[in-house]
Amino acid sequence: MSLVYAKDIAKTYQAGEVQVRAIKGLSFEIEPASFVSFVGPSGSGKTTLLNLIGCLDRPTSGHLTVAGTEVASLGRSDGARFRGKNIGFVFQDFNLIPVLTVYENVEYPLLMTAGYNARERRERIETLLEAVGMTDQLKKYPGQISGGQKQRVAVARALVGSPKVVLADEPTANLDHDTAFMVINLMKSMKAERETAFIFSTHDPKIVGEAEIVYTLEDGLLVSREDRRTGDE
Amino acid sequence: MNNILKIALRNLLRYKRRTLLTSALITIGVMAVLLFVSISGAFKSMMIGQITDSMLGHLQIHKRGYVASIDNLPLHLNLGGADMQKLETALDALDDVEAYSPRIKFGGMLSNFEETTNIRLNGVDPVREILASPLLSKRFLQGETSDGLLKPGEILMPELLALGMNVKLGATVVVVATNQDGSVNAKTFIVSGILEGISGPGGRDGYIHLDDAREILRITENEANEYAIRLKNPDALESVGKQLAAGLGGELNKQGKPKYEIHTWEKLSPFYNIARMIDMMTLFIKLMLISIVLVSVMNVMIMAVFERIREIGTIAAVGTSPGKILSLFLVEGLSLGILGSVVGAALSLAAIAVLQASPLTFDFGRQKGLLLSPTLDPMEIVVVSLLVVIVSTLASLQPAYKASRMEPVTAMRQV
Ligand SMILES: Nc1ncnc2c1ncn2[C@@H]1O[C@H](COP(=O)(O)OP(=O)(O)OP(=O)(O)O)[C@@H](O)[C@H]1O
Ligand SMILES: [Mg+2]
Repeated sequence: MSLVYAKDIAKTYQAGEVQVRAIKGLSFEIEPASFVSFVGPSGSGKTTLLNLIGCLDRPTSGHLTVAGTEVASLGRSDGARFRGKNIGFVFQDFNLIPVLTVYENVEYPLLMTAGYNARERRERIETLLEAVGMTDQLKKYPGQISGGQKQRVAVARALVGSPKVVLADEPTANLDHDTAFMVINLMKSMKAERETAFIFSTHDPKIVGEAEIVYTLEDGLLVSREDRRTGDE
Repeated sequence: MNNILKIALRNLLRYKRRTLLTSALITIGVMAVLLFVSISGAFKSMMIGQITDSMLGHLQIHKRGYVASIDNLPLHLNLGGADMQKLETALDALDDVEAYSPRIKFGGMLSNFEETTNIRLNGVDPVREILASPLLSKRFLQGETSDGLLKPGEILMPELLALGMNVKLGATVVVVATNQDGSVNAKTFIVSGILEGISGPGGRDGYIHLDDAREILRITENEANEYAIRLKNPDALESVGKQLAAGLGGELNKQGKPKYEIHTWEKLSPFYNIARMIDMMTLFIKLMLISIVLVSVMNVMIMAVFERIREIGTIAAVGTSPGKILSLFLVEGLSLGILGSVVGAALSLAAIAVLQASPLTFDFGRQKGLLLSPTLDPMEIVVVSLLVVIVSTLASLQPAYKASRMEPVTAMRQV
């Protein structure tokens, strides 16, 4: 069964009097443990789509199933629980919690989703911080580390609860070129290692080259799907 | 819960100055309330103590109608031997009663052989009177009480009267009084003490022995017109009053009305109104504290939520339930309240310790240099702190609720 199943989903924003049709009926499927990118010009609906998949917003119409759950049916609390359990997020602006240290930021999602004892938590956090190369900065606060380091911590935070999918909306937009590549490659290796699907959006063509499957959006519509492993269009 | 507390505290530390200012405001409010309660309470209980322990007693029993006509000190409303028997049996049965003293109050003339003036006198049993009004001995300006309050043939003169008539300790005076049947009688007394006058009814009365009073008034039976009652614990006032009223209320006079009237000191002394005023002021000060806490905590929490909209969006996105977000902000407001009230209570205790080391003195009416030793009832600290903590939590409720209802997407879009 596919991890994400979208059938004719649409999203219309009500901005005062005007209706903005950000997404106009998309259908696609994403397999577990894939590395998928959505690309497209500004305003094409990338953020809107990722928010829908991430269960942060609800489609206006259509069917959207993530990890076997019809996300439109989730209420506020259930949605939070669902996200905590199944979805990791990496944000463009990192969005680490400023009052928590690097270690505590990674620990945070585990504390919000019950079921991990102290030893399990420590093991998970240490493994991930090791993997993203932040072991020597555990005690620092977000204000004391660089943007690239913040995004590595964010990747660790997104993965700590072993989600089925990590969503990253323009995760490299605020990073310089080399750091951007490093973060994307980090995500890629994590994907291979942990069997987690990564879905990210970008309009940086160089970054797109790292994705296995690339969807192109234009004006709220899917215009192409490219599987770079097989070369399918 | 631990983690919520940790994050809430870190957030408070993040805006140190604001946290400090707000909790300082709460601290000042808590101190104002606790110090006011403590000092006014000390003043109140000292004044009540002065009034009840040096003359009134906590409760008084008379024959019905006596208090209404107390200004002319009637003698036809005396309690007879049978009445006294009944009253004493009833009083002995009450555990809360420490002591009681029968009195014969009457008005007469006092002469020093040169001048004559009016005097109000209490005929008392010295042993029982000193048990019922222990502070009476403290009112001695001259003379002493080491071998009893007074003996038959002795009179305790109120200060102003003694001064005005130039009567000295050891002088001989004559008391003349009209009896119940209208005839006049006189008796000589030696002045064995001069009493400091105190404010309130009875504060300028003289004292003689009960037997002398009966002799002057030609009362042959066992009679009295007043019982002054002292309680072990003044707080039992209401309950003892009720028990006595219940026990004695069955005794009816010829008109079918209760035979005896029972008055608490509150009904007999005008100071009760001052005590009530003090209580009112305490209430107002507490209301002000509530408003200070409410406004300042609410203000800080509204700002906190406003500043952290993006953060709220993030933690909601990564799976923090609305309930946890709510408690995060509630705990933050609650911690502010706890911080303010703990520091406030500690500083108040310190201030009161200082006041006890160097007590305040004050004058009440003609009494000079009374020592005020304020104490702080632990219960009062608990109540005030609890009030502050509850109010600060309530003040955080609206901002916290607002935070918990935010949509993560909308929240994270904020700059
Ligand atoms: N909350 C909103 N209210 C109204 N219109 C919105 C809202 N969010 C997005 N839109 C509109 O929906 C369309 C798609 O926006 P979206 O943010 O998904 O684009 P995007 O592909 O992420 O663009 P960018 O590359 O600039 O981030 C745009 O026209 C945008 O103006
Ligand atoms: Mg976008």
